Amino acid sequence: MKSPVTFRLNGSATAVFADSGANLLDVLRRGCGDLSPKYGCGQGTCGACTVLIDGEPHVSCLVLAETVAGRSVETTGGLSNGPDLHPLQRAFIEGFAAQCGYCTPGMLMSAKALLDRNPNPARSDVEEAISGNLCRCTGYEPIIDAILEAAKQRGAA
Amino acid sequence: MVEVQTYPTVGEAASAMDDQARFLGGGTLIMNRVNYGDRRFSRIVRTTDASLSEIRVEGERLEVGAGVTMAAILASRDLDFLSPAARAVGGPAIRNMASVGGNLMAPHPYGDLAVALLALDAIVRMVSGEELSLEDFLARRNGVVRSLLIRRPRSDEFRFKKVSRVKPKGVSVMSMAARLTRSTGRLSGVRVAYGAMAPTPVRVRAVENALEGVSLDHAGIAAALSAATEGLDPPDDPIASGWYRREVAPVHLRRLLLGEDAR
Repeated sequence: MKSPVTFRLNGSATAVFADSGANLLDVLRRGCGDLSPKYGCGQGTCGACTVLIDGEPHVSCLVLAETVAGRSVETTGGLSNGPDLHPLQRAFIEGFAAQCGYCTPGMLMSAKALLDRNPNPARSDVEEAISGNLCRCTGYEPIIDAILEAAKQRGAA
Repeated sequence: MVEVQTYPTVGEAASAMDDQARFLGGGTLIMNRVNYGDRRFSRIVRTTDASLSEIRVEGERLEVGAGVTMAAILASRDLDFLSPAARAVGGPAIRNMASVGGNLMAPHPYGDLAVALLALDAIVRMVSGEELSLEDFLARRNGVVRSLLIRRPRSDEFRFKKVSRVKPKGVSVMSMAARLTRSTGRLSGVRVAYGAMAPTPVRVRAVENALEGVSLDHAGIAAALSAATEGLDPPDDPIASGWYRREVAPVHLRRLLLGEDAR
């Protein structure tokens, strides 16, 4: 059985039919065609599927799709403004904060939630903000540096 | 495929529960099982009842709805004494989802908040109206929880500690909580609870008894440290062996009781 779910995806009104019991990640990827959030563990451990719901980070693999009805969902797919990348995306590229890239969409969304709430974070704030996102390539330091750099760039803009 | 049933009130949702149903709170436990094809249930029951997310304060008595999230605890000034335990659960995304009620149902080695609630003598109020101690609830773990009733501890008497190999987010080697109430300078009516040291969070009566009437210093707590794992058979899991948990428990208990920082 499928049930209709309407919500805002990256600012656009969206309506999909979700399989009963489907998680939000599945609906975003298969129903909406937004392949930016990644399926990693399916148990909320890795954070690769992190999206923002009403501005707050959630692991979309553990969100029952129909619970986002009427709410706002943001993914990495909506971060850039046309060809203009988000300051976080630019900082990740310039700081070599991605290697295989699988964790990157989740890292970006956790970082966005942090910077939206705290534009001038301390290093420890960044460490805490991405503590639910696993990266097996970088050792985290370039990611933390990139998020701090993005905060600096946004502050200067 | 799992059928999802949504009810406007928690009472109606509770009435729809049976062996084939699981009650969906924040989703971090149940959706995990759905994603892994758990066939032990065929229905998810949930409610949109906002009253489950309420925090009510009556002086020193607090009623915390089962749907209150770890993030909501961290945002509440009234629940500041629970902040260290709520912060010990997952990362920010999990804390935006994971609920108080779910934490009581979390399998080993999870359930860090429940450890703190055990040491606080929390009372579980079921949707049916029944009230029982958290310890009794953990022994049976069924039914739908409406809220927890907690008495605010004095600021200097409550301690919580989570031991994990990875920081700031890591699964428990063990977690410990203590409420160190005193009478005329001596400990009296102390509560001590552990997580990840038994199939569910447990009170440790051998330690509680050994702390009765003693002073809170190295000499006073010596007997309690000797009894740190008495009556317990800590489980082996990928995080730590039962042997290791048993060996290090007295060290962490000492640090908890004396307020020492880990070095």
